[in-house]
Amino acid sequence: MRASCHCIAALAAVLCPALMFAGTISGKVTYTGTPVKQKPIDMSKEPSCAQQHPTPITTETIVTGANNTLGNVVVYISAGADDANAPSQTVTFTQKGCQYIPHVIALHTGQELQVSNADQTSHNIHPLAKVNREWNKSQPPGSPAIQEKFDQPEFISVKCNIHPWMHGWFAVLKTNHYSITGDSGGFSLPNLPPGKYTVTAWHEDYGTQTQDVTITGNETKSIDFSFKAKAY
Amino acid sequence: MGGKIFAVLVIVIAIASAVPIITHTFLGASVTPPQDISTHGAEIDKQLDETMIEAGLSFLAAQLLLGVFVWQFGGRKAGPLKNFPGGSKYLVLAALLLVGAEAIALGAMGTKAWAKVYFQPASADALPIQAQAGQFAFYFRYAGPDGKFGAIHPEKIDEGNSNFFGLDPENDIPARDDITSGELVIPVNKEIHLMMHAKDVGHSFYVRELRIQQDFVPGLDLSLHFTATKVGRYEIVCTQLCGLGHYNMKAYLNVMSQDDFDKWLKAQSS
Repeated sequence: MRASCHCIAALAAVLCPALMFAGTISGKVTYTGTPVKQKPIDMSKEPSCAQQHPTPITTETIVTGANNTLGNVVVYISAGADDANAPSQTVTFTQKGCQYIPHVIALHTGQELQVSNADQTSHNIHPLAKVNREWNKSQPPGSPAIQEKFDQPEFISVKCNIHPWMHGWFAVLKTNHYSITGDSGGFSLPNLPPGKYTVTAWHEDYGTQTQDVTITGNETKSIDFSFKAKAY
Repeated sequence: MGGKIFAVLVIVIAIASAVPIITHTFLGASVTPPQDISTHGAEIDKQLDETMIEAGLSFLAAQLLLGVFVWQFGGRKAGPLKNFPGGSKYLVLAALLLVGAEAIALGAMGTKAWAKVYFQPASADALPIQAQAGQFAFYFRYAGPDGKFGAIHPEKIDEGNSNFFGLDPENDIPARDDITSGELVIPVNKEIHLMMHAKDVGHSFYVRELRIQQDFVPGLDLSLHFTATKVGRYEIVCTQLCGLGHYNMKAYLNVMSQDDFDKWLKAQSS
């Protein structure tokens, strides 16, 4: 009886190393300096969208929180945790009020992406891919969601030609270990088996930064990233 | 018999066609007035009326004449017609001269209205505004408090970041206070100097109430000037098929009192 218990424990350890030694890398992304003020978006051309925003929304290139925290940063394991398989769940990207929600999404190569239109106007989704195949699909109001996949890792800028102010990003990664910071700048990359990792933080305007982290066991390593804000 | 029926038909068509011409010329203004908010519009409207009357009368006359001939000769069996005096050569020449004279006369008279907009430069105190057309939106730029436009760097265009014109505020000081708007906001009774360029393909700037329709041509900097005389909000539409979003390529012309305009401009630059 006791032997079989050991057996199960050993089996579990082999099958689920992440659960047995669940290392986590977490931290905060901040900026130094004064970021450029975000501009209000003029949607007068599209009244059905404009009326959804009684106060005009602003561009989302730089999203910050209290204490100089930086949002919309994709923090991911760029080396050490390549995952061969894409998760089966679909990543969703919505067009609502002539705005992309969310502004940045991350997905695995080959992972199903679903783009939907919640507006009363037509949009065209145009990911300006350079490594992957570039496509540009029109989506009238009420039409079914567009299903797509990307084969290669790439940060893809997404635009709508009908509403030129609309801008978003697809971060196509070859790992499932990623985190996108909110206003508070926090990120957490859990379930990391022991090993050496390179953690990359990517921001659409401020570029990328990397740090090497070694996870030895069931521990939480704390790392922070700090970007220098551009004045313009 | 068949010839007579045909002749009557031709005349009926002529009279039926005259109905919209007459309605437009004599009743048009009171039936569906596309209101005119420009200083030069009256002249264009007058020119259009003249063209309509002249072309309408010529059309009616030609159609009635055709009817008469069909009535007269429609039933004839084959046989030689009496020649036009001097032969067909002179007939063709006479027709060409007649039509040519009419076209030239209309053109010559129309030039006056056209030249007011295109041959006279904008006055020195006109408010300069830059208009950019791109797939599929218009954007307008004001020089800002320094009165100077920043230089345009197409490679810097970053629409997601609201840099529609490709300004470089980091290195170019005049660009820093430039104001970009999706709406063409102008003061009333003030001459506007619109400097137009296309970002990608051909587009057009059409404001019905302003009596202005001018194409954007890629690679050309085109200049237009006008004065709006009525406060209000009017539609600017693209009238050159420019791609899949063409149907949705529009903006608004917002004519304000000088006070409101100054306030608006101030709010934009803060």
